[in-house]
Amino acid sequence: MSIEALPVAPADLLAAATRLKNDGYRFVTMTSVELDQTNMEILYHFDKSLALKNLRVPVEKGGELPSISGVVFAAFLVENEIRDQYAVRFEGLVLDYQGKLYAETAQTAASSPFCRYHVKAEPDPGPGSAPGGQPGSLEGK
Amino acid sequence: MRMLPTVLANLFAKAATRNYPHFVRESFEHARGELVNDIKGCIFCGTCARKCPSQCLTVARGAAGDKTEGAWTLEFFACVGCGVCVDACPTRCLSQKATHRPVAVERAVITLTGRLPERPARKDNAAGKAADKTEA
Amino acid sequence: MARTVIPFGPQHPVLPEPIHLSLVLEDEKVVEALPTLGYVHRGLEMLAVKRDYNQMIQIVERVCGICSMIHSLCYCQGIEEMMGLEAPRRARMLRVVWSELHRLHSHLLWLGLFADSFGFESLFMQLWKIRERVMDLNEATTGNRVIVSVNVVGGVRADLDEGQVRWIKDTLVEVEASIRSLQSTIMNDSTVCKRTKGIGVLTKQAAHDLGAAGPMLRGSGIAQDMRQLKYAGFDELAFEPVVETAGDCWARSAVRFREALQSIDLVRQALDKLEPGDLAVKAKGRPEGEVITRVEQPRGECLYYLKGNGSLFLERVRIRTPTFANIPPLAAILPGLDFADVPVVVLSIDPCISCTER
Repeated sequence: MSIEALPVAPADLLAAATRLKNDGYRFVTMTSVELDQTNMEILYHFDKSLALKNLRVPVEKGGELPSISGVVFAAFLVENEIRDQYAVRFEGLVLDYQGKLYAETAQTAASSPFCRYHVKAEPDPGPGSAPGGQPGSLEGK
Repeated sequence: MRMLPTVLANLFAKAATRNYPHFVRESFEHARGELVNDIKGCIFCGTCARKCPSQCLTVARGAAGDKTEGAWTLEFFACVGCGVCVDACPTRCLSQKATHRPVAVERAVITLTGRLPERPARKDNAAGKAADKTEA
Repeated sequence: MARTVIPFGPQHPVLPEPIHLSLVLEDEKVVEALPTLGYVHRGLEMLAVKRDYNQMIQIVERVCGICSMIHSLCYCQGIEEMMGLEAPRRARMLRVVWSELHRLHSHLLWLGLFADSFGFESLFMQLWKIRERVMDLNEATTGNRVIVSVNVVGGVRADLDEGQVRWIKDTLVEVEASIRSLQSTIMNDSTVCKRTKGIGVLTKQAAHDLGAAGPMLRGSGIAQDMRQLKYAGFDELAFEPVVETAGDCWARSAVRFREALQSIDLVRQALDKLEPGDLAVKAKGRPEGEVITRVEQPRGECLYYLKGNGSLFLERVRIRTPTFANIPPLAAILPGLDFADVPVVVLSIDPCISCTER
């Protein structure tokens, strides 16, 4: 048994969210689900008169997605939470806590306490790597 | 001042609170309070320990070198009083009092030991020695 | 005009729970508000890895102290849906009874705290005195005062006998009378109106766009209540969502006040429909698949996403609590307010920070 969800590619995410918003859907929340060692998916839940519409967006561990918080402001909090817990980064967050929403003292840019297979943070990102750390190597629990 | 009638009524009514340490309200009949184990009936099956959501119970068989003895340990500070163990207990030796344990100043666990049922279990011999030990 | 940054919380007299707001002020006006969370984050969603799906019931109950029964109700409904079970009718009605008693005591608690937030101490005391009657109902019927722990996968663990049904009804008559006696104070008293009317207005459009939930949404004129989904026993009960249109603090308080009375009515309806029957069906097998369930909590819509993999342990438990949804609207309505109104407005979303951070 699984839920009805529309698969959406990361590149089409912003367009899909904008379309839903214009159709009068209310943003409910996002859910991050760990699939295996390298893959995750993020479900976007929207609601219109008590009917849920879900988008299923695949993403790699420690990867990056476009942020929909520019379209639906309410998404900023949950996007920050997912970054804290699953180390998925969101491009273009309107309010970016830099992975420190829950733990101000978090040291690493990519830590993933909620993953069974942790995303290992780069100990010291070199000058060549992008800020915030590259998709880290994977390590079993 | 639409509150005035209520305020006046309260002024002349008796106090809404109790003088607590001197007057304790009687607890309700089925209130879930202190967890107790009638160790004489315990068969040390470990169901309670497996079901406990806060994992405050441990059951050991053949503890302390004695193969015929079982130990039931309750870390009562971790107990949340949900009563799942009471519902799950096959011999109904677990029960909850209606009153709560008094506050304590030191962390402690309760260990009860009893004789394991012999196989095949004879009902009359299940009552072993019951000792109540409190460890710091 | 020089800007001042004033920290609000994490410990603030108006809120027992820790949330920090950095308020940027120009003179007495708030121009920016930035929430900071993380003081009570417990990682309860992650505990699903270590506790089996039955033990999780008691864990999700502890997400929130005030709406604990409704959390476990939502969770059990999800697992039942996954396992293809249906709770017996009596169990579904009893779930309505306890969940509405929870809503009632939660709203009374909030109305009291709200009165306290603008300094109306006697109203606060009076409301909490009434609430104590409801807490007694909970304790006498389930055994626990707050975290009642009555739900199991497939039904409920506790039952009401004839005498208890009568006693609940009698008590609710008195509770209703005492709540009604405070109606004119809560709705029309000049002290209350001056501090709440026109303050912290959230328009209908903004409430929708910012994803507000519960009384926040209904106070702004959107008639959406998850009880319309007819979960548990609500399919047999007459129910209309309570709506106010003003969108200010007063409207949110009025919604909650009327919902408290509505809960009493729903408890009565559910008690009248109680028929003898089984309390629970036996759960066989392991949960597999994914499911989304939603229920209405006192603070608003609560969403659970559950994913099972056919083992005793769930793969993912995701809890979207109502306050989590109400923080973005809060951050949006704070700018432009007087500093003195901030505590009232923050409280008007009924913040439950333990819920938010889980």
